[in-house]
Amino acid sequence: MKKSTLTLIIILAVVVIFGGCGVSKYNSIVRLDQAVKSKWSNVEAQYQRRADLIPNLVSTVKGAANFEKETLTQVMEARAKATQITIKGDDLTPEKVQQYQAAQGQLSTALGRLLAVSEAYPELKANQNFRDLQAQLEGTENRITVARNDFTTAVESFNATVSTFPNNIVAGFGGFKAKEYYMADKGAENAPKVQF
Amino acid sequence: MRQVYCLLLGLFLAIGMVQAQELKIPARPSPPRLVNDLAGVLQGDQVASLENKLLEFNDTTSTQIAIVTIPSTNGRDIAEVGLAILRDWGIGTKDKNNGILILAAIDDRKIRIEVGTGMEGAVPDAIANRIIDENIKPNFRNGDYYQGFNEAVDKIIDASKGEYKGTPNRRKESSNGPGLFILLFIIIVIISILRNRGGGGGNVISRRGWIGPIIGGFGDSDRGGGGGFGGFGGGSGSGGGASGNW
Repeated sequence: MKKSTLTLIIILAVVVIFGGCGVSKYNSIVRLDQAVKSKWSNVEAQYQRRADLIPNLVSTVKGAANFEKETLTQVMEARAKATQITIKGDDLTPEKVQQYQAAQGQLSTALGRLLAVSEAYPELKANQNFRDLQAQLEGTENRITVARNDFTTAVESFNATVSTFPNNIVAGFGGFKAKEYYMADKGAENAPKVQF
Repeated sequence: MRQVYCLLLGLFLAIGMVQAQELKIPARPSPPRLVNDLAGVLQGDQVASLENKLLEFNDTTSTQIAIVTIPSTNGRDIAEVGLAILRDWGIGTKDKNNGILILAAIDDRKIRIEVGTGMEGAVPDAIANRIIDENIKPNFRNGDYYQGFNEAVDKIIDASKGEYKGTPNRRKESSNGPGLFILLFIIIVIISILRNRGGGGGNVISRRGWIGPIIGGFGDSDRGGGGGFGGFGGGSGSGGGASGNW
């Protein structure tokens, strides 16, 4: 009698655990999917923040020094191109992410050149307004890095969840697939390190 | 039966392992402190004076400013380490994210002011950068770390006055998820059944003896921080702030 009671309890426990797991797994997959979308909107928000800083930076540079026009034009052009592309959370595809990244990457390059050239203008470096803008720009670049890392982490944890047993069964029912996009840099400096 | 027990125990351990984190950063201080001079550049009374100032500010505004010195970031970007510490320790309160971390890597001569999301309005990047340029760098170059930290703290306090009000007697929340509790409960049930079987007609007292101490372990998770710093509140950041070299 004791043995059968024990078996019953264990079977009951297993049923409760698996039934509960199925529902809670589904919910956690939905939550992870939402997290990916919200992390993406963070990425876009930080890039937008950078784009918003640029007009101010350009006019400060223009006003303070006889700055070479070509560099400034390149920055404004790259900014115009980059701000044209936005992606909605439901519409994230590898191609679109790549396109977006390419446009933002061009802007990064143009901005980098602007800051490098500005090193040669001592009056700019002495200008508090310029220094503040530079600090804001650096801070924003750092926020972009953080937002991108958070996005990649969210995608990774989504993928890790939907592709392992038994979540893959639950994910299949819900129509969730692994997401095939990462915010990888052109240079490999942010490449994940392989550890053994 | 023993196998089931082992399996559950294994599962239990696995959950604990997953919760450990990857990036190597200093462990959250226990008992909690706002000033953590891990590189050993401050005198005892200097640490106490900074700690008192930060503690008072925390008590009146709930804003948590933490100071951490480390010897080196081991080649990592100081902004990355700063954010990792801010998030892992949970500097600031969970709902306001009003934490600020001043992190100095002494041997690298690198400084970072990491600003929690809720403090970015009061201490924008440009202000953090000015504090580094005007208050931290000159003092640190003279080897006067205390003066640098002290001036920086004063500036930050000035900038963030009136941003948040204090929330007295905040208690730490228990971080144990319900899933863990259910698992533990099942393990306890199985163990007590096993015990009963072994003991033959096991009595109620021995069962209580098992459950009592384990459940009791959950109860005292909110040890009040009597008088001193009550602990970090689970704040987070999104990479705001400024960095510099001295």
